[in-house]
Amino acid sequence: MLGLNKKDFSLLLIVALLTMLAPFILNPFPEGSELAQFNAGYPDLMQRFVIFGIFAIGFNILFGLTGYLSFGHAAFLGVGSYAGVWMMKLLTMNVIPAILVSVIVAGLFSILIGYISLRRSGIYFSILTLAFAQMSFALAYSVLTPLTGGETGLQLSLNDPRIIGTSVTESGSIPVTHLFGLEMRDSFELEMGAWLFTFNAGYYVCAVVLLVAFYIAIRIFRSPFGMMLRAVKSNQQRMKYTGLNPKPYTLAAFVISGMYAGLAGGLMVSMDPLAGAERMFWTASGEVVLMTILGGAGTLIGPILGAGMIKYMENILSKINSTILHEWFAFMPDGIEDLLVTLVYPFIGKGWHLTLGIIFMLVVIFLPGGLVEGGQRIARLFRRKKEEPKGPDPEHHPKPAPHVAE
Amino acid sequence: MGILEVKGVNKRFGGLQALGDVNLSVEENTVHAIIGPNGAGKSTLLNVLVGKLIPDTGSVMFDGQSVLGRSPHEINQMGISRVFQTPEIFGDLTVMENVMIPCFARRDGSFRLHAFETVFNEKALVEQAEQILIDVNMIDKRDMHAASMSRGDKRRLEMAMCLVQEPRLLLLDEPTAGMARADTNNTIELLKEINEKRDITMAIIEHDMHVVFSLAERITVLAQGTPLVEDTPENIKGHPKVQEAYLGQAHG
Ligand SMILES: Nc1ncnc2c1ncn2[C@@H]1O[C@H](COP(=O)(O)OP(=O)(O)OP(=O)(O)O)[C@@H](O)[C@H]1O
Ligand SMILES: [Mg+2]
Repeated sequence: MLGLNKKDFSLLLIVALLTMLAPFILNPFPEGSELAQFNAGYPDLMQRFVIFGIFAIGFNILFGLTGYLSFGHAAFLGVGSYAGVWMMKLLTMNVIPAILVSVIVAGLFSILIGYISLRRSGIYFSILTLAFAQMSFALAYSVLTPLTGGETGLQLSLNDPRIIGTSVTESGSIPVTHLFGLEMRDSFELEMGAWLFTFNAGYYVCAVVLLVAFYIAIRIFRSPFGMMLRAVKSNQQRMKYTGLNPKPYTLAAFVISGMYAGLAGGLMVSMDPLAGAERMFWTASGEVVLMTILGGAGTLIGPILGAGMIKYMENILSKINSTILHEWFAFMPDGIEDLLVTLVYPFIGKGWHLTLGIIFMLVVIFLPGGLVEGGQRIARLFRRKKEEPKGPDPEHHPKPAPHVAE
Repeated sequence: MGILEVKGVNKRFGGLQALGDVNLSVEENTVHAIIGPNGAGKSTLLNVLVGKLIPDTGSVMFDGQSVLGRSPHEINQMGISRVFQTPEIFGDLTVMENVMIPCFARRDGSFRLHAFETVFNEKALVEQAEQILIDVNMIDKRDMHAASMSRGDKRRLEMAMCLVQEPRLLLLDEPTAGMARADTNNTIELLKEINEKRDITMAIIEHDMHVVFSLAERITVLAQGTPLVEDTPENIKGHPKVQEAYLGQAHG
């Protein structure tokens, strides 16, 4: 189906189901209940899951396949964001041109940075990309202020010379982003008993783009091009002496992942037409590295899982404060309640980074293949349990293959 | 004129003269062995041929075209493949993928953005790759992780990767080192067959005299970076200079 084998097609189908049903899946708790604070089914956050998922899928094409660790990919997301907002200021509030131009501009920018950075490999490559991203960040704040809006960021205004459409709506406000008339902020709310589900137009646009982006990534993974990228990671010497030039392959991977980042940036401003330089800061580049490794670098679904997990923690864990903690532990005797709150407090709210750090460490040490490896191990455990009753097969070697930690 | 003409090649590493005025001519469709004691400069010579090293002086012509100044992938695309002294394979990939890569390289050249094809839908290439795995007796290891194989198997895989390209000149740096006796004999048979059936010229570096004398039609003896003699195997066996420089040493 769609040029995919059965396994990949079912993976695509699973992702399609998860994204399409996300408003239900992410809102398991009834409105007004204590657990409702763990609900993540509101448009803002769902959009972020999907947009960062796209960012990480693209990053994984570079890092997961070729092993080149870029520490500057947020620069492409930032550049894509600026390009998108400019399209809205100058051309139209329709998101399609904005997204397309974001991808193209980020792609061009990544040709430049990739061409220079890929002259080196390993840590030097990482540092070069980091340096370029920080330079872009600094430029956006200083000399490029007319283009980027400097510290306030680039935003729409009431006197944008929009060619298609109006500068000001009849009610005197700035027009909103739309897809051929369908406003991105449009939402349909569904009340079912105590539950409230929100279906947001913007989210579904992002989700469809994610599915296309994911589909393209699967095709790349299974293509000769994808195999060459894994060859780059494995043995560049052998590649050269097999008549292949690793350089253009690596550059192509770099540019493709840069375009994915631009796509994410374009979607971001399509949902909320505001672009700031902080999007290019090195911590933003570091975040996508974490997402990819946490989920499982080089796996198809890993980056999406990693992005979801980190964005969930950032938005949900960080909201919990000491009042909420006190409520949770209220059933305990006062002394113990205070002690528990004191113990847990550093890990929540602003301390969510600490929790993330610990989880990241645990994953890297115990599950080098990321969450995907965790899932595989659990699946293997179940499979073994199912097969056990069959008894040993006399035609097979009785000894199971020794499990070597990878 | 041979298919490969090396003239007056010199290469120094600091104070060490690794290659000193090397002249070598390999005739098309022959098996040419290069022997010599450790450190004689045999691998260095191959490095010059495949573009890994640039000689200080001299010329290297392959099929009438200069090899010098070209990058390794261009030289390979001209038709020169090399098996390394320590196997160079794609360890993270499966055996089948290892063989598919040279198939694509041969069909599509040094770079192509074939991002929307599917590797294993390329029936013609899959057949080629499977055939070569059958030829080197590795088809049962088709889906194995290449890095997890024995050294001998890695060597055979590397050879398969070179052979599937059907190069015009195959350079082999100690192809049987680390192989069991039976595998060595299989390799000799395979190389013989390939030389006869597919018209592949071979230059082979080997310490195992059994392999050398079973395969080679010409032998060049290299010592301290300079060719001592070049002759037929029969004449080399009895040559006093060779006895002294190489065989004598080996027999103590
Ligand atoms: N890249 C290098 N830099 C410095 N010296 C080198 C380099 N490559 C080889 N040499 C030296 O050049 C000499 C010839 O080495 P080479 O590897 O060509 O020998 P060889 O004939 O292949 O030996 P062996 O039979 O052990 O493989 C050796 O003394 C080696 O130490
Ligand atoms: Mg050597």
